[in-house]
Amino acid sequence: MNKIFESSKADGATSGFNVSRRGFLVTTSTLGAGLALGMTTRPAASSAASLEEVNAWVHIATDDTVTIRIARSEMGQGTLTGLAQLVAEELDCDWDKVTYEFPTPGQNVARERVWGDYSTGGSRGLRASHQYVREGGAAAKLMLVQAAADGWGVKASDCSAIDSVITHGPSGRTTTYGAVAAAAAKVPVPAKVNLRDPADWHIAGKPLKRLDTADKLTGKLVYGADINLPNMLCASIMDCPVMGGKLVSFDEGAISSMPGVKRALAVTTDEGTHGVAVVADTWWQAQSALKKLPIKWDLGPNASYDDATLTAMLEEGLTADEAFTGNWGGDIETAFASAETTVESVYKCPSQNHAPMEPMNATALFTKDRCEVWCPTQNGEAALAAASAASGLPLGQCEVYKTILGGGFGRRGAGDYVHQAVKISMAFPGTPIKLQWSREEDQKHGFFHPSTMAKMRGALDADGNLTGLHMRISGQSILAGLMPHALVEGADYLQFQGVIKAGLNPAMDDHSICYDIPNVMVDHAMRNPPIRPGFWRGVNVNQNTIYMECFLEEMAHAAGRDPLEFRLALMKNQPKSAAVLQAVAEQGGWGNDDGMGRGLAVLHSFGSYVAACAEVTVDDDGNLDMHRIVAATDCGIAVNPQQIEAQVQGSFVYGLSAALYSENTLKNGEIQEDNFHTYPSMKIASMPKVEVIVMPSGGFYGGVGEPTIGVAAPAVLNAIFAATGKRVRQLPMKDQSLRA
Amino acid sequence: MKTLNVNGERLEVDADDTTPLLWALREHLGLTGTKYGCGIAQCGSCTVHLDGVAVRSCVMPIVAVSETTQITTIEGLSDDGSHPVQQAWAELDVPQCGYCQPGMIMAVAGMLNATPDAGDAEIDSQITNICRCGTFQRVRDGVHLAKEITLKSKGELA
Repeated sequence: MNKIFESSKADGATSGFNVSRRGFLVTTSTLGAGLALGMTTRPAASSAASLEEVNAWVHIATDDTVTIRIARSEMGQGTLTGLAQLVAEELDCDWDKVTYEFPTPGQNVARERVWGDYSTGGSRGLRASHQYVREGGAAAKLMLVQAAADGWGVKASDCSAIDSVITHGPSGRTTTYGAVAAAAAKVPVPAKVNLRDPADWHIAGKPLKRLDTADKLTGKLVYGADINLPNMLCASIMDCPVMGGKLVSFDEGAISSMPGVKRALAVTTDEGTHGVAVVADTWWQAQSALKKLPIKWDLGPNASYDDATLTAMLEEGLTADEAFTGNWGGDIETAFASAETTVESVYKCPSQNHAPMEPMNATALFTKDRCEVWCPTQNGEAALAAASAASGLPLGQCEVYKTILGGGFGRRGAGDYVHQAVKISMAFPGTPIKLQWSREEDQKHGFFHPSTMAKMRGALDADGNLTGLHMRISGQSILAGLMPHALVEGADYLQFQGVIKAGLNPAMDDHSICYDIPNVMVDHAMRNPPIRPGFWRGVNVNQNTIYMECFLEEMAHAAGRDPLEFRLALMKNQPKSAAVLQAVAEQGGWGNDDGMGRGLAVLHSFGSYVAACAEVTVDDDGNLDMHRIVAATDCGIAVNPQQIEAQVQGSFVYGLSAALYSENTLKNGEIQEDNFHTYPSMKIASMPKVEVIVMPSGGFYGGVGEPTIGVAAPAVLNAIFAATGKRVRQLPMKDQSLRA
Repeated sequence: MKTLNVNGERLEVDADDTTPLLWALREHLGLTGTKYGCGIAQCGSCTVHLDGVAVRSCVMPIVAVSETTQITTIEGLSDDGSHPVQQAWAELDVPQCGYCQPGMIMAVAGMLNATPDAGDAEIDSQITNICRCGTFQRVRDGVHLAKEITLKSKGELA
């Protein structure tokens, strides 16, 4: 018998493959030097012939440990586990022996992007990669079975595999994946694989526990902020507090004798940021010195920009003659001219920061011919590009090692902090530099969710039917700020998330409006203030759904109709949206006369159909009590129902924190909210009970991390109206009375 | 040199007196399980125990911590992740990104040290940590499960 067919047990516990759940990092020494990075505890995957690598997605050790490569980033959303389930489902491996690792962006470049897109946002983690990761798992299984059959001299078609054990049916002989992995790596890659019907899934589709929990409970998980390399120095940075401003000078001598301080240096990036960093033995020393460093700024042209300027700019857009049209049908002017009743309302949503719990950070090690970066990023390839751009070294001489993120929410798709860390490290060749932002820096230099306003006009006929709707959005385009190449003849179609008619722009069909309105106009007056915009969990559905869902309830009340019935009448050709709405209405007690104020919201976005029913009371002093939210999601195919539940619950905390408290205000061009005392976030006492209905209707993969955030605020705002008669049209709610 | 009693060991820290305990733990002792979130005692990511009581270490200068004060960090809560709160958290898959969870776990463990039968009212008033992922519903369920696990283990011991 060929040596490779010795069972893994007979082979003994093979040394060198002591793989833990945490996979890609570290050996810990609790004291002294701290953590020694062990990126090489796994063989570098740059060699495709690596004995254990069956294919790019699957790596099997002789002890049957299966390491599944995860290209997308893990920031809490559970994509890591979901992707591993999809691979393992087709691989038919033993789930209890599955671990994971993140192939590096540099390896992806070297291997002609064998792992595809690393970018992790837009709720795409599973829905944009399910096909190829399942094919990767299925191909690996075929290769393993073929290797076993070849070793036995039998036909592969007489062999089967389950739980990492391969069985030759006629003889009953068995072997394991670990025993044949090396041979399987040499089997030709199958040209075609068949994927299992989700109805037959046994690993995917199940509410399995996450693969990354254990080390999150003991403090062992190494986040970017925890990186510790030999001889590492730490840096803290302060950028010009006004966007567009510049550094004039700083007095390094004033801090050079402070403990641990190595030096202070100017840091400019291609992205137009200008700051000063202090480098010291420890971050606390660097930060303490930075606070004392005398700095002169030229605050630039935006130093007089404030909230009043921004509001005036948005208000002008509400009535401007020119706007980009995103959704148009029928004859809006005739509808209004012939209306029995018209209603008009103006809404406003504020600028907001992501505020992930782990402030931005990156660690960089630069030498004249190599640049390496360790960082939490939602886009490993963008981080690699940032390392290359900042260092001036070609991509092939750069590498990025991704950590699990302490939150992302869209913020960590940007490469600004990587760029800065590399720039600082270039002043210390051969010495690793960990750049850690303070919370204050994180608050003031985000890529902010833009403030927008909307003017809503609706027309009703004599029977109370909605005959016309005009939604004028005024506000900053995220695409214009971040990726102007994605504009279409100047228009930002992403601005119409959730309110665009299907078929008008194929890229937006995952975000099409739930309603058929006979005469409709949704347009956007692009008004771009000097604030850095960004993708913020849910992106434009956050405000668009508030505008649409609250105003539709205003129209229902103007028509004297029940808001549920009013919506359903417009959803006759939208069965999936109608189904989630009816599900939450039923479980949420819609129509009950029990003293609760109830509000609804429904949305199609990121490919999923979602709805919420909120249940609130407001006391005589205007104090809001959110008792319960019922939230339904039809994501087509549910890969891990318990993680969907977690994402939906969390989306209500994020979305309602925004609705209740979150607001960036501008004074003299500077953001005023610099920490959680002025930028509060929901705590456990305020979180409503969220009952999650997962109702996958099959046939498609919809996103999960973001859709329900869109319905969080409007459901609650509508419930507040039901409880009080007070219509809140401006967020956040924190400084407003909820009693009329 | 400052002496700190951390997770049962007396350790020397060569840091300025004003250095917050958080940074002494993270940067001088390599105990990076305790996290920096805000630096102003708002978020609770830095929560550790001083003699069993949950404290936000980011605003606690080491000069204020006596040599006899027993400091417990997430690394010292149990040897192997078996503290009832950790067990409950594993059972319910509480963490999402997980960054705030060492602080959350220490806050909950501290509350249960003082109030073993803490109910929802105590949870609401005492657990004021920020979690931007929004794990609160499972945190709440986890507190109740941790109490059950503790009671069961005592029953077995009795």
